[in-house]
Amino acid sequence: MKLLPTWIRDFVDLKVDNATLAHDLTSIGIAVEGISGEGDSTVFEMEIGTNRPDAMNHYGVAREASAFYDLALKPYAAKLPPFTDLAGMTITVEDGRYCPRFTARVVRDVTIKASPAKITQRLGLLDQRPINNAVDATNYVLWESGKPTHVFDLDLLEGRRIVVRFARAGETLKTLDGVVHKLTTEDLVVCDAKKPVGLAGVMGGYDTMITERTRNILIESAWWDPPTVRKMSKRHGLHTDASHRFERGADYESTLVSTNRVAELILSSAGGTLVGDAIDVVVGQRDQAPIVLNMSEVHRILGKDLSAQEVVRILSRLGFETTPGRQEGEEFEVTIPSWRLDVEREIDVIEEIARLYGYDRFPNTLPAFTGAVIEPPDAPKDAKLRNSLLGLGYDEAVSLNFISAEDAKTFSHAPSMTLANPLSEQASVMRTSLLPGMLDMLAYNLNRGTDDVRLFEAGHVYEADGAGAAEPKQICFAATGSALPVNVNRPSETRSMSFYDVKGDVENLLSSFASKTLHYDTEVAGYFHPGRAARAVLDGTVVAQLGQLHPDVAGARKLRQDVFVAEMFLGPLYEHELREPRYQALPRYPAVERDFSFVFADGVVFEQIERAINKLKLSELRSFAPAEIFRGGNVPAGKYSILLRAVFQSNERTLREDEVAQWSGQIIKALEGLGGVLRA
Amino acid sequence: MYTVPPLTDYSATALDAAARDLLSALEAESVAVNGENEYKLFRDRWLARKDGIATQINDLWLKAAPKEAKRDAGQLVNDLKNKIQSKVDAMLERIQGSAAASKLAGECIDISLPGIRRPLGAEHPVIRTMNEIVGVFRNLGYSVSEGPEIETDYYNFEALNFPPNHPARDMQDTLFLAGQDKKAQRERLLLRTHTSPVQIRTMERLKPPLRIVIPGKVYRNDPPDASHSPMFHQIEGLAVDTNITLGDLKGTLDHAMKALFGSSVKTQFRPSFFPFTEPSAEMMVSCFICGGSGKRGTEPCRPCKTTGWIEILGCGMVDPNVFEFVKHNGYDPRKVSGFAFGMGADRIAILKYGVDDIQLFFQGDERFLKQFG
Repeated sequence: MKLLPTWIRDFVDLKVDNATLAHDLTSIGIAVEGISGEGDSTVFEMEIGTNRPDAMNHYGVAREASAFYDLALKPYAAKLPPFTDLAGMTITVEDGRYCPRFTARVVRDVTIKASPAKITQRLGLLDQRPINNAVDATNYVLWESGKPTHVFDLDLLEGRRIVVRFARAGETLKTLDGVVHKLTTEDLVVCDAKKPVGLAGVMGGYDTMITERTRNILIESAWWDPPTVRKMSKRHGLHTDASHRFERGADYESTLVSTNRVAELILSSAGGTLVGDAIDVVVGQRDQAPIVLNMSEVHRILGKDLSAQEVVRILSRLGFETTPGRQEGEEFEVTIPSWRLDVEREIDVIEEIARLYGYDRFPNTLPAFTGAVIEPPDAPKDAKLRNSLLGLGYDEAVSLNFISAEDAKTFSHAPSMTLANPLSEQASVMRTSLLPGMLDMLAYNLNRGTDDVRLFEAGHVYEADGAGAAEPKQICFAATGSALPVNVNRPSETRSMSFYDVKGDVENLLSSFASKTLHYDTEVAGYFHPGRAARAVLDGTVVAQLGQLHPDVAGARKLRQDVFVAEMFLGPLYEHELREPRYQALPRYPAVERDFSFVFADGVVFEQIERAINKLKLSELRSFAPAEIFRGGNVPAGKYSILLRAVFQSNERTLREDEVAQWSGQIIKALEGLGGVLRA
Repeated sequence: MYTVPPLTDYSATALDAAARDLLSALEAESVAVNGENEYKLFRDRWLARKDGIATQINDLWLKAAPKEAKRDAGQLVNDLKNKIQSKVDAMLERIQGSAAASKLAGECIDISLPGIRRPLGAEHPVIRTMNEIVGVFRNLGYSVSEGPEIETDYYNFEALNFPPNHPARDMQDTLFLAGQDKKAQRERLLLRTHTSPVQIRTMERLKPPLRIVIPGKVYRNDPPDASHSPMFHQIEGLAVDTNITLGDLKGTLDHAMKALFGSSVKTQFRPSFFPFTEPSAEMMVSCFICGGSGKRGTEPCRPCKTTGWIEILGCGMVDPNVFEFVKHNGYDPRKVSGFAFGMGADRIAILKYGVDDIQLFFQGDERFLKQFG
């Protein structure tokens, strides 16, 4: 919003220059965000809080300046010639709750033409388009005093009547902008004897507007109920300078002076005569009861620095009258000026005191505290996983939480939640999976020549849950490109990321949690490669899903190299506590290693081998792990050769050759039971 | 070249002289030894069992000694043998040492080549910033509190003193969930526009005194550009106790800013408006980029628009109307007071790291992310 310092100076004799004025106004919350132009054309770019409609105009800002500098504020008044005759209008307000006051007056025999230079120049600097001298007069008063007013072509109003009422079903109104609005019974309208001629507090009617042919004028200045104006403004999509002010609250006392000021400006620019006195229909009062202010409350909120005299002085500068209450010097009755609709409570008065006193004058203190710091229960688990992923070389990423409806369907079965007013179709659903965002980020990197990418994102997904929403936490990580670091000495040593790289990282992450069993199955979602993906089941609960992205899904996203991803479901995972390390005595007797080279049919998976060996329950078997796998060569098609390494060790003694031989025999027999053939 | 002389005079003086000659020869010859072959010759000449010098003195000096001189001669020969042995041992050590050194010299590599670097993951700059800010407040006794991102109108607006149909709601362009029309307004779901609803949720759960800090994602219906994103991050703080004053708010935030941006930054407060605080303020910190001068060298300082001050957060004393919503849990506005503050983590990260486009935070571009490793 723009204001002109010259115009402000019309109402208070300021001694400071514009830059100082801007700085000082800003310090009391009437923020001047920028200054442009020079001399009389200087423009302040203002930022006025939504609670201060009284300061969204020149007189209001002059009032703030007069309070800050403790200078006299000139009264806002109009000089009018004596009127003749009677206005001859009847004004009826049907429900005073929505229009407690309606003021009007008549000017006859005017000449509609362009406004005088001073008015067009000032309105021009505020980016207001000049229309004609009558309309400009209302606009000028709006920017001068903050009070919206309206002018009708009196001869176009039927029946010499004004009725303020709610619209009837089926009524329409063409507003000044030429748009025809269907009215509802919740629309408050200004009507003549027959029809609506204005949308109350929002915009006047097209058919009764001032034109070059207008000879006689009715000036209107009313006070409208703020929520009613706001609802109408929203309903009809009309946000006007008038509605902006009425919905924040106009000055109830200003209807008469603003009517007179518009009349004064019209008389001086359009000639004509004032007919009849102002018609001031007061249906409901808007008395703001005085507020009781306790010094103890001032001190409780602001600290002990302010004295009662100082408080009284500050308030009087702002136009708040104080009278001593029951306790001398401790309690005051504060009368709230009519233009300050935002001040309703003791705390609002306290804010006014602090504001004008200056926030920076209160000394900085640190409060004492007796409580304790409490961590959210999942914080250590979150931190453990995050630190591990960073250590494993994944960069932390954050993607936007909006996905397309199509992605929501592809990547989750959960009931998704759609936005009513999304930024775009592509971003209309709250993510049900972290994968779409992750895949977009991978594609973004690949498209920019970064081929080796490792990213993780931790965050919520969003699912409909009855009438509400659930926000389960997940981690998604992805790897593509080279699996080995650059090595200048062995540049030919390369290896692409594989399923086992990501599985190893999942194993690392899961090993932080206490559990009895962990196994992997192949019951994975359809967006994974069906032969290269797994589900991690920890103590019977699915906690992660990992593997190569299905080539079709990768292709659809233009991911032109193999991508491996893992999704971890933190809800079920966090059912497990973090593993507490536990000491085990170090072995005192030597370990014995035995290798077994076997050929198996492709259908035999390592988990079967492991299970067969576990069944033997060899208590001295410390580990049993695959050391090498080989296909092709002299291994027949459909089979593979595997080198398995067993480590035996006892805590009590050195193992004897014959026992190791016996155990080895058992192992061979078990593996042969799976159809394996021992190689020489 | 030294040869062992036969002895005729076994007087103490004569024995001494013979010993002296032998030891000086031992010393002189040992100094001249160089390399493994010379060491072996040296060792054999002095210690060879058959006719090494040690054997010779045994034969010529001890065995040949008259009976009455045997004791003295025996002592001398023994002592000399030990000295020869330890000299030969020392020579061996010297020879081997120098061989190892020359071997190691041949194994030298170019240590200026880059190391084999297993990349570490980089922290996201916004999360890093949030953790840093949370850390500062944790040290002041604040606990982390969290709440849902899909909120009800009640928690996001109504209980924070944004009445229905109030223009203050226009300050925040809200993203609404679809399909909520049949619900009462306060139950309707939306994406929280600020972290402030967690204030209410936490006060419903915990009695005063309270100190919480709330990091999290928030949403606005802002089309993305260099300085706007429909999703961004906030950190909210709330302290409630008896006798919390505006000075406590200022002192706490002043301390926090010094902890975050360095002890030389200054803070400044000016009046503002938020429905859920009264009095409300905007806090500025002296520009930590240009040190408050408004200039960087001869160039104007852009982050502070040459003013020397940066608007960094909104804050204020908790509005009594907000306490009314949780009065039943011990928050009687006549008895307790408090302050609240909220800041944009993305904006602070932008200022701190000199990032010129907020979109960079949400693209996952490794060229960007790696810079924060």
